[in-house]
Amino acid sequence: MITQIIDISYLIAVVLFVLGIKNMSHPDTARKGNLLAAGGMGLAMLATFFTPGLQNILIILFAIVLGSVIGYYMSRKVAMTAMPQMVSFFNGMGGAAAALIAIAEVYGIFHSPDAQLTFMSNTSTAYFYFGALLVSLVIGAISFSGSIIAMGKLQGFVSGASVKWPMQKVTNNGLLLVIAFLCVWLFQMESGQEPLIYIICLLGLVFGVLFVMPIGGADMPVVISLLNAFTGLTAATTGMLFDNKVMLMGGVLVGAAGLLLTLLMCKAMNRSLSAVLFGAFNTAGGAASDRDIDTTVREISLSDASVLLSYAKKVVIIPGYGLAVAQAQHVVHELEKLLEDKGVEVKYGIHPVAGRMPGHMNVLLAESDVPYDKLIEMETINPEFPQIDVVVVIGANDVVNPAAYLDPASPIYGMPILEADKAQHVIVIKRSMSAGYAGIDNELFYNPKTRMLFGDAKGVLTKLVAAVKEL
Amino acid sequence: MEQLLSLIHENLQLIYVLILAVFVGIEVMGKVPQVLHTPLMSGSNALSGVVIIGSILVMGKTAPDNYLALVLGFMAVLLATLNVVGGFAVTDRMLDMFRKKKKG
Repeated sequence: MITQIIDISYLIAVVLFVLGIKNMSHPDTARKGNLLAAGGMGLAMLATFFTPGLQNILIILFAIVLGSVIGYYMSRKVAMTAMPQMVSFFNGMGGAAAALIAIAEVYGIFHSPDAQLTFMSNTSTAYFYFGALLVSLVIGAISFSGSIIAMGKLQGFVSGASVKWPMQKVTNNGLLLVIAFLCVWLFQMESGQEPLIYIICLLGLVFGVLFVMPIGGADMPVVISLLNAFTGLTAATTGMLFDNKVMLMGGVLVGAAGLLLTLLMCKAMNRSLSAVLFGAFNTAGGAASDRDIDTTVREISLSDASVLLSYAKKVVIIPGYGLAVAQAQHVVHELEKLLEDKGVEVKYGIHPVAGRMPGHMNVLLAESDVPYDKLIEMETINPEFPQIDVVVVIGANDVVNPAAYLDPASPIYGMPILEADKAQHVIVIKRSMSAGYAGIDNELFYNPKTRMLFGDAKGVLTKLVAAVKEL
Repeated sequence: MEQLLSLIHENLQLIYVLILAVFVGIEVMGKVPQVLHTPLMSGSNALSGVVIIGSILVMGKTAPDNYLALVLGFMAVLLATLNVVGGFAVTDRMLDMFRKKKKG
């Protein structure tokens, strides 16, 4: 009786997961979707507690309460700009949990009297079980160490640059082959080799580090999304181990969704997944220099900028990571409201990969109550640029670089960009002339229509708001 | 070869379900607008914390005097809970801002 109720609860939980993801597809229902998914998870956890013969319930409850308090506290404390590394950290914890479950299972197999039989019974069921166990172990370990390195790259305690070493592809692929070989070898063994399994786990951890280290900080969102799909996969294989449908289905759902999201992110950058992972982003310089470009930079004063903006009809603001770093989202909203009061039509042009994650800018601007309908996606706003009087680029660089469609030699050639250079005037707020993540020069800055306002985004915008008020 | 075939045959139902689940995952994901990608990534990350169920089960079958296994299980439950609770809470925080913004 109780088993049936548990199974039905799991069924409901899976339906809630699907409904949750579905509801997240629209801003109006997104929050409800998240709550539905969380409810499904709560139901599944509650039902699991009624599993017949469950021991150590008090210790489990203690671990859950402790984890909930820490997790909730961390999620409240984290700054909006640090959100991507937080997600990466949580993802790493999921991967670690999957690996630990697999280790606990292995330990159980070798240290209980009758378990050896199930393991070495040489039936297809045993193979199935053991295969799932190894996948959980290896992928969980990769997901854990990879996520922690990705988090470190975003947080800055691991070098954000692409770290390379000689024979890097050879060592990485070689390690993967060694892991695969050891796994196959395990199946051939007469009796189980416990230490070898732990060695495989260690190699998985090492691979996670080596896999993420060569990838630059700007590509971390793609990596995090991919590792998220990995964790989903381990949840599914763990579900196979326990013949547990809710883990299996939940894991497969997340694996598929995570993989698709990863591909969408790559598509937004017009790069293939393999180019991101194996670093085809060559920074062979001089892309812009072989075409004759006047590299004169023209600056603009604050008062001139405020006049230009106040008397424009249509203004588009293009935010980038610089806005997030400077925490200037509130000031930019203030500027937008001031201009609207003067009868200027203000919109935001959002590049899909502006910032560190897709949607990063939306989340950030939402924090300062910018209305949702003012955030315009790239495809929608691009045809409008010729009618725009002033474009204000704040802390963005590569996403407005016209080399993406002008210069076939450029490493970012073919990447869809916001065509700011088609507008009547462009004001660029930037800390310095330094290059963006792609490490290449941006000829938009030398365009005769472009004026530069150097400084920290928040500082410049605050002064700009004051200047507009004085008019 | 024979073993592989029998493996597939024995788990045919499972394989059907898996294939359909992959399509469901792709289908519900594919409709999500770009603006919601960060919250969705965070939300699906929280969902991958469903390994918590495995943690509870592995802990639940450990003998109360097997201390090493207990420590492993305890860590697994703790970390998976971090993933679940932290993940959903962060997602809720992101989405909460979309909601407030609509009033204003």
